[in-house]
Amino acid sequence: MLITEQIIIMLAALVLLTAFAMLVQRKMYGLISLFTWQGIFLAMATAFVGYVSHRHHLYISSVLTLILKVILLPYILRELINRLKIDREIETVVNVPITMLIGVVLVIFSYHLTSPVRELSTSATQSIIAIALATVMIGLLMMITRRKAVTQIIGFLAMENGLFFAAVTATYGMPLVVELGVAIDILIAAFIFGIFFLHINTTFDSLDVDQMARLKEE
Amino acid sequence: MSLLILLFLPLFSALVLAIVGDKKFSYELNIIASAATFVAGVDLAVSVYLGGSMLVWDKYFFVDAFNVYLAVLTSFVSMTTAIFSRRYMKREREKGKVGHRSMRFYHAMFQLFIFAMLLCLLTNNIGVLWIAMELATLSTVLLVSLYRTPGAIEAAWKYFILCGVGIAQALFGTVLLYFAAERVLGEGGDALLWTNLAQYSDKLEPTILSLAFVFLMVGYGTKVGLAPLHNWLPDAHSEGPTPVSAVLSGLLLNIALYALVRCKTIVDGATHTHHAGYIMMGFGLLSILVGAFSLLRQKDIKRLFSYSSIEHMGIATFAFGLGGTIATYGALLHMLMHSLTKSSIFYSVGHASQMHSTQEIDKIKGLIKGNPYVGWGLVFGAMAIVGMPPFGIFISEFLILTATMKDAPWVAPLLLLGLVVAFAAIFKKVQPMTGGPVPDYQKRLKVASVPVILHLVLVLAIGLYMPVFLNNWFYKAVEILK
Repeated sequence: MLITEQIIIMLAALVLLTAFAMLVQRKMYGLISLFTWQGIFLAMATAFVGYVSHRHHLYISSVLTLILKVILLPYILRELINRLKIDREIETVVNVPITMLIGVVLVIFSYHLTSPVRELSTSATQSIIAIALATVMIGLLMMITRRKAVTQIIGFLAMENGLFFAAVTATYGMPLVVELGVAIDILIAAFIFGIFFLHINTTFDSLDVDQMARLKEE
Repeated sequence: MSLLILLFLPLFSALVLAIVGDKKFSYELNIIASAATFVAGVDLAVSVYLGGSMLVWDKYFFVDAFNVYLAVLTSFVSMTTAIFSRRYMKREREKGKVGHRSMRFYHAMFQLFIFAMLLCLLTNNIGVLWIAMELATLSTVLLVSLYRTPGAIEAAWKYFILCGVGIAQALFGTVLLYFAAERVLGEGGDALLWTNLAQYSDKLEPTILSLAFVFLMVGYGTKVGLAPLHNWLPDAHSEGPTPVSAVLSGLLLNIALYALVRCKTIVDGATHTHHAGYIMMGFGLLSILVGAFSLLRQKDIKRLFSYSSIEHMGIATFAFGLGGTIATYGALLHMLMHSLTKSSIFYSVGHASQMHSTQEIDKIKGLIKGNPYVGWGLVFGAMAIVGMPPFGIFISEFLILTATMKDAPWVAPLLLLGLVVAFAAIFKKVQPMTGGPVPDYQKRLKVASVPVILHLVLVLAIGLYMPVFLNNWFYKAVEILK
């Protein structure tokens, strides 16, 4: 196996590792730096896949990831946290061992689910689609288990990282129109969170989602 | 040309309305923009009706009998909702429920939302379809939270998180679809075009497509409001402004179902089995039952009718899953009839809750005496929605039921149970609200009666006599979906 392919696989492992670390990170700033690292690994992996497969449009995707997920989104999130003065807030994570175990089960499940794709894939990065799906699932798990609005959003963004990773490794990226559109959507979404955090904070006096449980069925 | 106008007029109007802001004439401007969009929609429909399906702009847009009827419906309901929202939102503004900036925002987002829905319908690229769907979600999230009450914020947050998760699954499904298509159609944008996918669907790898469909079903199904992923829907409908509830129920759910049905045709072509159909039937049936039984417990008038939307989208999904000429025809008609009826009901409901300053069913009384337009509008709307003849929904439900008896007789009792429960529940709730004397706290208001009457007359007219062009149109769409 070529050294570049080995590097891609290592980067994929690092993406998954950061996803697991995010699952249990309790501090806001820590979470954002983990998200930033995930973005860096993702951008590097994208560039390497572009190099191995000679698809040069992937370099554009890589730069786009770098700008959006490593610079812009972490900056927006940090700004919000500073402005809302929740930088010292620490969130207890419900039962760390069990959350980790569920994460592991999700990885195995993803490997099982994507087996038909791996059989058909000719690319050297075939087993990475399972890692990508696992990252999506772990992002989902994070959104369900966490109670703070900011953490839920970071889970959402991590999930989107997984989706992007799947597109890059399974099909060498979606067509550029689609990729640009997705990037714009994510950016709009980020601005909406910003507006939302301010509203939630003023209405509920905290960014705790548990406060929001008024709308229930009797 | 009419396609260009249809698509970019709402986008342009969104910009204009964002710039002019909250002026006396922005309510009328909103109506004029939506009406012009509707005219463009009709024009496009006529050219498709006469000339058949067409590709526009280097294959990027595709119009056929299936999406053009939804495009006309979307622009029509947007227009009537704009008419309704003029009186309704002006009053909310006077009461101070929305401020100066929110009102500017409301108009701009309303038009942006229409643009997103029309883009969903007309694009030929499933990737762009996903993007437009996400745009529609994001613009409505902000509309749902317009009142800034704790309830509205909570509903919008729930809507955003649940649909965000759902739509992410749909993107994964799209990636898988592209993975399979790319091996047959080559790299690049062409592998994501409907027209190509439909043409070469039997060459696509069946195992991957069945896997992709599961993700697409969960993803777009969340947006259709199918049980068990429906939790966002009643909250978003009850806490947002009423015009938004009308377009959410009447239009957005249809658009998501449209995306799902298109995906199903491709998957069916590849797998040559009925698996995708069975999955849709299962989700549909569950939604019918969950929706119908939840109706019984509702205390809030807008929540009541949002559960009814879950039930009706369940019926349409079930019918598309069942397949065959009669069921598909029934499903297409049902989407049309449900949109018109449900949005008209929400118009009446909006006025009723303004008259009583509450959404609680127990406190709303004497609507017919208080204001015949609102009272009778709600009575006839309720009759139409539960499927009483001669309204159009009776026809579509009857067709779907006949097809079920023929092709899947063992589920017919369950379907019938859902319909009967919904019938009973809605009548039990609506009857006390409309009859009886006027309570002293009821306010007399001027209402926007035109949209309600227009919608109900259309539903009644189609129930009595199916116009030939509509009939031909539906048959062409059935042919595409077979």
